[in-house]
Amino acid sequence: MIDGTMPPALFLLAGALLIGLTRGHVRTAVLFLAPVATLWAVWQVPDGVAATAQFLGYQIEPVEGSAVRRLFASIFSIMAFTGGLFAFRQARWYELSAAYAYAAGAVGVCFAGDLITLFLFWELMAIFSTVVVWCGGSPAARAAGIRYAIMHLLGGVILKVGIEGVVVHTGSTDIQPLLATNFDTWMILIGILINAAAPPVSAWLADAYPASSPTGSVFLSAFTTKSAVLALILLFPGEPMLIWVGLYMIFYGIIYALLENDARRILAYSIVNQVGFMVVAIGIGTELAINGAAAHAFAHIIYKALLFMSAGVVIYRTGVTRCSDLGGLFRTMPLTTICGIIGALAISSFPLTSGFTTKTLISVAAEQQGLVLVYFALAAASAGVFLHAGIKFPWFVFFQKDSGMRPKDAPWNMGAAMVFFAFLCIFIGVYPEPLWALVPYPVEYEAYAPGKVLFYVQLWLFSGLAFFLLLPLMKRTLTISLDTDWIWRVVLARSGLWLLQVLQVLGDQLGAVGESVRQGGGARLGRLLGSAGALGRTWQIGTTALWIAILLTGYVLLYYL
Amino acid sequence: MTDRDDNALDAQPDDSPAVDVPRVEGDDNHWLTRPSTIRLLWIGLSIVLAITVLLQFFIKVKGYFGVDGWFGFGAVFGFACCVAMVLVAKVLGVVLKRSEDYYDD
Repeated sequence: MIDGTMPPALFLLAGALLIGLTRGHVRTAVLFLAPVATLWAVWQVPDGVAATAQFLGYQIEPVEGSAVRRLFASIFSIMAFTGGLFAFRQARWYELSAAYAYAAGAVGVCFAGDLITLFLFWELMAIFSTVVVWCGGSPAARAAGIRYAIMHLLGGVILKVGIEGVVVHTGSTDIQPLLATNFDTWMILIGILINAAAPPVSAWLADAYPASSPTGSVFLSAFTTKSAVLALILLFPGEPMLIWVGLYMIFYGIIYALLENDARRILAYSIVNQVGFMVVAIGIGTELAINGAAAHAFAHIIYKALLFMSAGVVIYRTGVTRCSDLGGLFRTMPLTTICGIIGALAISSFPLTSGFTTKTLISVAAEQQGLVLVYFALAAASAGVFLHAGIKFPWFVFFQKDSGMRPKDAPWNMGAAMVFFAFLCIFIGVYPEPLWALVPYPVEYEAYAPGKVLFYVQLWLFSGLAFFLLLPLMKRTLTISLDTDWIWRVVLARSGLWLLQVLQVLGDQLGAVGESVRQGGGARLGRLLGSAGALGRTWQIGTTALWIAILLTGYVLLYYL
Repeated sequence: MTDRDDNALDAQPDDSPAVDVPRVEGDDNHWLTRPSTIRLLWIGLSIVLAITVLLQFFIKVKGYFGVDGWFGFGAVFGFACCVAMVLVAKVLGVVLKRSEDYYDD
């Protein structure tokens, strides 16, 4: 049993369960009350260890509070509430249930006082986010969900190897700042970075999220990457390597988003880009930088969900996701257009939006540490974000050309969710003090120094000019872009198929032997090896992929045990 | 597809909903898409761009590393970076772009 404060995640988990057990208005009530109760519980958690329990002979700490943990748990709860509002009349009940269990995992990670609790909630997220991807329903969503699950289960194994190493070698399961200096800590760092969509596996994000349903991608955009950001803040603040990992993510996101034609993929790549800003900040590691990473995560969850909501409404109303098929929707979807533009301005960190107050914190942190190159790279990236997300997304979806489509605007619940988050984007931009009260360290920061505002306004407006002058170069093509996932989707898959063919030939021959043996009385062997037997028949690719994952996992485990 | 009401949570939508979208043929000549409006927007944008640069005569931009305080640095830097990123994407696109059904077979 747990002694002490109840883990806030349990409220959301109970909500997820009740969604499946209830119907009609009761279910709607559960959907709205579970995140509110969670938010309440989040603010009952005091600083320090608030609950302990025994698990497999270890003393674990399921609830430990601190300012940054409450900040992340608060925005996760708000996100679950608003996502529920956005989705509750359109999504299937099991998608909502899975999304709430997924959110519960994220809230659980926030308060994990030890590595074992962290791992348990980490896996809870992996399982239920996979279900949310599968709720996309199409064959493409099923395939993407399997690839997503393999990636995250492998990431989980790597994290587990690291955690066990740390526990065995130091005797401590505590969550405390580490440095990637030995094998164990490297494994933990890699395990977390996989969830943050860091290189070389960033491709999983843009592969899986856009395959989910119009409502599912709103939930997916928030939890996995940002809980990884929190884990990095807690475990690896000031790890210098993270600066370079983050910079790579920033420019990777921009370039791939520029090449992309699918509206939700553009947004997916810009998640990698934005998480890159946070990872850079964690790598800088000063109090100001950590404040910046936490505040930026808070603001980012809101505007990114808002962008996915506007894209979700468009897909819900038109069934179309390709920019080349969209355009001109502003005529009949004014609310969705305005909310999409507010989200786009916020992600571009335009003055008077949330992104401006939080992203400039990170730039100032780089400047104070004298990191010239990082400072200018962040400035260039700000221009690039405006280019790929700030203008490209709303331009190609809502303006561009007249696609001829005249869909209705958002259903009322989707509209209400968008208006709420659009309001928060502007509120935090105009009046950031409530957010400064949540961040881990005291803030003495003037966000709107006139010279700084002018510098960034010049930067963005001339980026906008560049976009419209270069439009002929950005003609949408009906293409996808190769990424590192080519290695496992093509090279590994083909090698696997080749191996299968070899095995099948062998199996057939053994089957023939079996047949003759069976005729001689060896019926059991024949059933096993014959063309319909477990070893002789043709396997589906999914089964094969699963077996490869199991064998790999077994190998990794055996190697390090 | 119509909105479902509160109690329709149990309804099971199809795997791939066929969405009926009202469509129109031809140009509806919306005021925002007329060439005259677009001309006005370009003129407006140019004036705003000029003002943001000229404002630097009155508002001092603090240069943390020297160059970023130069006159019009933000404008030139933003424009140049965007051109560079679009061109890099264009070049990488030649190598990386594949048809949409590349992974299907």
